[in-house]
Amino acid sequence: MKSTLARWLLSSAIAGAAPVFALEGDTGIHDPSTIVVHAGRYYTYGTGGLPILSSDDGWTWQRQGSVMSALPDGKPGAETIARGGNNSWAPDLVRVGDQYFMYYSAPGTQPKSAIGLLVGRTLDPTSPDYGWRDAGPVVWSDGVEDSNAIDPGVLLDPTDGRLWLTYGSYFGYIRLVELDPQTGLRRFPNRPPFNVAINSEASIPIYRDGWYYLLVTHGSCCQGANSTYNIRMGRSRKITGPYLDNMGVDMVEGGGKLFAASRGRHIGPGHFGLLDLGQGVQKFSLHYEADLDRGGISVLDIRPLLWRDGWPVAGDNVVSGTYSIESARTGTVLELAVQGSPVGGFRPRRIPSGSGPPPPPQPGPPISNQEPADVAANWPASADVRLAPAMLQAQQKWTIAPAPNAGGYPGSPWFRISIAGTERSLTAIAGGELTTRAFAGAPEQLWRIDQLTDGSYRIQPRAVPGSSETLALSAVGSSMPTLTKFDPASDRQRWHLGAP
Amino acid sequence: MKNRTVFAFAACVGFAVSALAATLTPSKGASLAVDARGFVHRWQLLEPIPVPGRLTEAAVQEALQANPLPPSPAWHTVDTANYNVNLYHFAYGLGKPTSNVLFWVTTTIESPREMTGIRLAIGSNAASRWWLNDEPVIALNDDRQAVIDDGVSRRLTLRKGRNVIRAAIINGGGATDFCARFLDANDQPIQDLKVITP
Repeated sequence: MKSTLARWLLSSAIAGAAPVFALEGDTGIHDPSTIVVHAGRYYTYGTGGLPILSSDDGWTWQRQGSVMSALPDGKPGAETIARGGNNSWAPDLVRVGDQYFMYYSAPGTQPKSAIGLLVGRTLDPTSPDYGWRDAGPVVWSDGVEDSNAIDPGVLLDPTDGRLWLTYGSYFGYIRLVELDPQTGLRRFPNRPPFNVAINSEASIPIYRDGWYYLLVTHGSCCQGANSTYNIRMGRSRKITGPYLDNMGVDMVEGGGKLFAASRGRHIGPGHFGLLDLGQGVQKFSLHYEADLDRGGISVLDIRPLLWRDGWPVAGDNVVSGTYSIESARTGTVLELAVQGSPVGGFRPRRIPSGSGPPPPPQPGPPISNQEPADVAANWPASADVRLAPAMLQAQQKWTIAPAPNAGGYPGSPWFRISIAGTERSLTAIAGGELTTRAFAGAPEQLWRIDQLTDGSYRIQPRAVPGSSETLALSAVGSSMPTLTKFDPASDRQRWHLGAP
Repeated sequence: MKNRTVFAFAACVGFAVSALAATLTPSKGASLAVDARGFVHRWQLLEPIPVPGRLTEAAVQEALQANPLPPSPAWHTVDTANYNVNLYHFAYGLGKPTSNVLFWVTTTIESPREMTGIRLAIGSNAASRWWLNDEPVIALNDDRQAVIDDGVSRRLTLRKGRNVIRAAIINGGGATDFCARFLDANDQPIQDLKVITP
């Protein structure tokens, strides 16, 4: 079976457009939960019996049955069914201590619905410890009130360890209740919930730098390419709200700053989930209602999460193309260490002479871009890399393209990074240094490119010969790249990818 | 005080006092520690050698082949007041050309212990070649500013005792200078080194 990646590459070659990737393998899912890493493996769960998607690298996903199939009778517990109905949709998952709390939607005839709780100690279905205990309904809606108790979203507040649940849909309010971190059930079941938004879905709070953000999904779902799903947000200094958008409109009154909308070949983004990989790398999971490259089915994706002016911004994974790789530290760009030639050829320095004003310069014909074929004959057979001022020269143009059949990491495949038009590929060598060699698919020639929260990129080889450390491309000097441990506080390992 | 220092340097090299030589003085004492930022302040310099002053990789190689380090160089040993060595001051003070010239420089570093994973980090105006204990470690081409930590070597070993840095700097026109220090395995300046006068 031809891989999706191969199809993208093919379509890209034909159309000349950069492909956008949306994971590999069994990515079909609707309403994915927040991705959780357990024992080095990534897990997410979706609608329809809580199907399990898992991945050992975050790029290639496999279906591993469903949660409901591991429960007695394969359905929610009796009390949950009584409060809601016999369905299991749109879960969310959080780890508290050594327990996993899985909250799931158990709707009957909406808006009569319930949020059920399952408790487990491992996510690995092959573990002897695997299993889920039904802990009953947590919240519910009676079918009359202005709420529909589906689409749970959970936040374990990093500031104080308190646990919160939001839920709701298009029958009134998105609601917030506090949970007991010991049991996963409501901490104050007799207190009324907080109304924090209205007429939206897939709500989930996150926290950063003194702000609580409420991400919700607006629009319609479940109609393929006709779905208008889009992700919106507001923020508040308190978990309980009010959540205001960028124009100061309360989300309870319909406000919501756009976070992600349909783009490219993907229609209807929804169901935000934060995936914090640490060291300044944050990503988010979501589904698209329709992936046009997969016949319009709903699929999982993982994208970079950026922050700008106090708001989260939906980043985009790197796409195939030719780039300049510029150091955030020095402003110099990565180049093959060869003598460059000026674009358009050498020309003498023009210094006006004589008295009186010089004649106005006369434009000449356009100068073509410099391609390797124009100058590479002068390059030595082997060359290292260095950093130099950007001059638009051929040795400074890097083609970034997925490495075939090499797997990937959350959101992207492993890339090769080669001088455009050549096989000279960036290669990590023993001692943590760099050179270029013909691409052979070796681990030291495969590169992970993660967009950081400020929009710059971290670039890491899959392996460094003679080292077990994970290192990152680093500007140790204005003219010298090397590989060192990543320091999220330093510009040394931050890189800008742009048009060469 | 500054004028007296200038005069001392000028007297040493035998020409007129010049404010432009204010940053360089004849070396004093048997050794001189690197500064708090790791910069080396004592160097031996050869008087500038006229070269075409072109700065491409091929031109630099050609200039060095045509003007290798003399077998019995007549060094001027100087201490610089700044983090860098102002070669323009040096050449001007000697009454020599400052443009289209090649400078050979060297210094001897004493390390209290073997240090692995360290790097030589230099800045030069303009193109330069650098050797540590006769091994080539840095090559910079083209017209450029002397920027701290511009050219940085791969990871090296600084041996216990004496280590010799040698460099050739070629200037096309205008100002010309260089600076050098060692960085440790964490890219931090190494501060417990000193220069010894041979």
